[in-house]
Amino acid sequence: MYKILKRRQLNENVVLMEIHAPFIAKKALAGQFIILRVDEHGERIPLTIADYDREKGTVTIIFQIVGQTTMLLSQLKEGDALLDFVGPLGKATDFEGAKKVCVIGGGVGCAIAYPSAKQMFNSGAEVDVIAGFRSKDIVILEDEFKAASTNLYITTDDGTYGEKGFVTNKLQSLIDAGNKYDLVVAIGPVPMMKFVCEVTRPYGIKTLVSLNPIMIDGTGMCGGCRVSVGGEIKFACVDGPDFDGHLVNFDELMKRNSTYKEKESHDKSHCRLYQGL
Amino acid sequence: MPNMSMTKVPMPQQDPNVRNKNFLEVATGYTAEMAMEEAARCLNCKNKPCVAGCPVNVRIPEFIAKVAEGKFEEAYEIITSTNGLPAVCGRVCPQENQCEGKCVRGIKGESVSIGRLERFCADYHNEHSTEKPSKPESNGKKVAVIGGGPAGLTCAGDLAKKGYEVTIFEAFHTAGGVLVYGIPEFRLPKAIVKKEIENLEAMGVEIKTNMVIGRVLSVDELFEMGYKAIFIGSGAGLPSFMGIPGEDLVGVYSANEYLTRTNLMKAYLDDYDTPIIESKSVAVVGGGNVAMDAARCAKRLGAENVYIVYRRGMEEMPARKEEIHHAMEEGIIFKNLNNPVKIIGDEQGRVKAIECVEMELGEPDDSGRRRPIVKEGSNFELPVDTVIMSIGTSPNPLIRSTTPGLDTNRKGCLIVNEDTMQTTREGVYAGGDAVTGAATVILAMGAGKQAAKSIDEFLSKQS
Repeated sequence: MYKILKRRQLNENVVLMEIHAPFIAKKALAGQFIILRVDEHGERIPLTIADYDREKGTVTIIFQIVGQTTMLLSQLKEGDALLDFVGPLGKATDFEGAKKVCVIGGGVGCAIAYPSAKQMFNSGAEVDVIAGFRSKDIVILEDEFKAASTNLYITTDDGTYGEKGFVTNKLQSLIDAGNKYDLVVAIGPVPMMKFVCEVTRPYGIKTLVSLNPIMIDGTGMCGGCRVSVGGEIKFACVDGPDFDGHLVNFDELMKRNSTYKEKESHDKSHCRLYQGL
Repeated sequence: MPNMSMTKVPMPQQDPNVRNKNFLEVATGYTAEMAMEEAARCLNCKNKPCVAGCPVNVRIPEFIAKVAEGKFEEAYEIITSTNGLPAVCGRVCPQENQCEGKCVRGIKGESVSIGRLERFCADYHNEHSTEKPSKPESNGKKVAVIGGGPAGLTCAGDLAKKGYEVTIFEAFHTAGGVLVYGIPEFRLPKAIVKKEIENLEAMGVEIKTNMVIGRVLSVDELFEMGYKAIFIGSGAGLPSFMGIPGEDLVGVYSANEYLTRTNLMKAYLDDYDTPIIESKSVAVVGGGNVAMDAARCAKRLGAENVYIVYRRGMEEMPARKEEIHHAMEEGIIFKNLNNPVKIIGDEQGRVKAIECVEMELGEPDDSGRRRPIVKEGSNFELPVDTVIMSIGTSPNPLIRSTTPGLDTNRKGCLIVNEDTMQTTREGVYAGGDAVTGAATVILAMGAGKQAAKSIDEFLSKQS
């Protein structure tokens, strides 16, 4: 069992948990993920590692409540434990010695963008962070990003906080202002990653994205997480989850991620959560 | 007097039209009377060809003689002296190509039903004995086994019997490998696998789940932790796809994913959360045992039409005859000599049909099977909403890419000395699908057994 040492509600729908998993904490690197199972009847779901503490032996996960499993997970309290927690899975992000980087996070994707920003900032790179949210009330990790970036730009779709607009508008204006990035890291909803890649493509700026396909085992066995990259089948769990965004087929990813959407919304009526379990 | 009947005592089974709607075991097993009657068919011949046909050399005529006498526990003891997983092997071994394929009785008539008798003994023991195996005295030497599938479990069991302190590192949340994620409940009840694993634990084998070696720990770190030898039984790996248009559509699964959702994650039970598509018509592409398992699961999950699409003929199918027969009885439709060329989707990107082309057989190829050739212009569409690709796997890269000095062949399979199962690293042994590519449970067990013997010899030399 893997004990929850800390639980923090970051906004109405986003929760942070620190999980005791010393073996994983010892090895974890930015860009890698874990797979967890809440209980015997639960699904295995992948979550990207948001942070880790090698001394304390903890791994931090940040998740948005989007479906049955994240709902179930969100009900757990400090001191409760998860049945299964396996990792660190996937390849660590390869920053390729980039000196000037723009890290872009969208919504809960900021949780995954944060360790990348932190790792590059701590290794001496100049790091601009653009963190985009729908609205002021769901802004997360502002202080953490401040401490891990040269410049932090927050955008909100409705203008209630930071600059009004999308992360792509901000990125475009930073590029227009003469910033020469040798790497852009974009993590967030699939459409956001797709449009960031369209902004950087004409400038030939290398753009890494972290993909979140449907996954079961996460170790290179089931093939559920296959994505098309440069016209080839790649498996996000062993070949990724980071890929060159200019080669990813985002439309296919969006389509495949919707496989169980109908079933999930249909099943809510007899979900275990609503039966008092 | 031996029983000179030319045919095996038939195996009681669930009616095909009942069982294709449930996940209970298809074959329900011999009674004691049936087992004794069948055992009496063994001639106890001198040269024992059956034993040589068994990858783990079960002392077959000896255990069958005990069954004939009604001494079932003694029979079980004889089996387990060389085979750690008899309840599993009795169910899933391809006996027709192994022990039973060599049986003298098979020359005229049917061979002795060695597999059914092995299963009977194991089930009898599991039902009647509450005794757990005891933990042998430790010799203080630690061995790490990577992967808790058939190869790893066998290797661990044999080493534990000799007093080694064995730790199995399993990537999944439960040990068993293909026995739990791949082979369905109706062919191999998971309670049986669980029992075999509990027996290993009683013998002192420690099982650490959720440990992906190559990520959380490397092979070299295992040596640093004090393990003196390592066995790699990490299994087959990533599923292959055909590379035809439409494999990205919603409703296209690999057999590994479909079976994992169904068997390991229990998607067929309402109170488990893992979803699976509710299909009406399913095409399973491939002709092996895995394809049969996927097709039979799809039927049980409620699909009305389930097709096997295979590019060669019935004779060339690699699946066991018994599995093909069971699948046919259950209403699976065989579309042999057909090959998919394209999967067709609807506006929402969901599968709506698979386009196939007819094939004919030419001269034998490298595999000795007749090569399928496309009949030009014979394209046709089969309306389906789900496609399951069951055309093989390629080895998992996690261990080989993180272990210096571990050589692999062109396909990525670990290279071993076939006599000792030693890899190109001293103290590191390997077996099962990680070495051979996708093969059978019993071959993996045979490799695990040989590796255990070699590890014992290797570590006995060190003191």
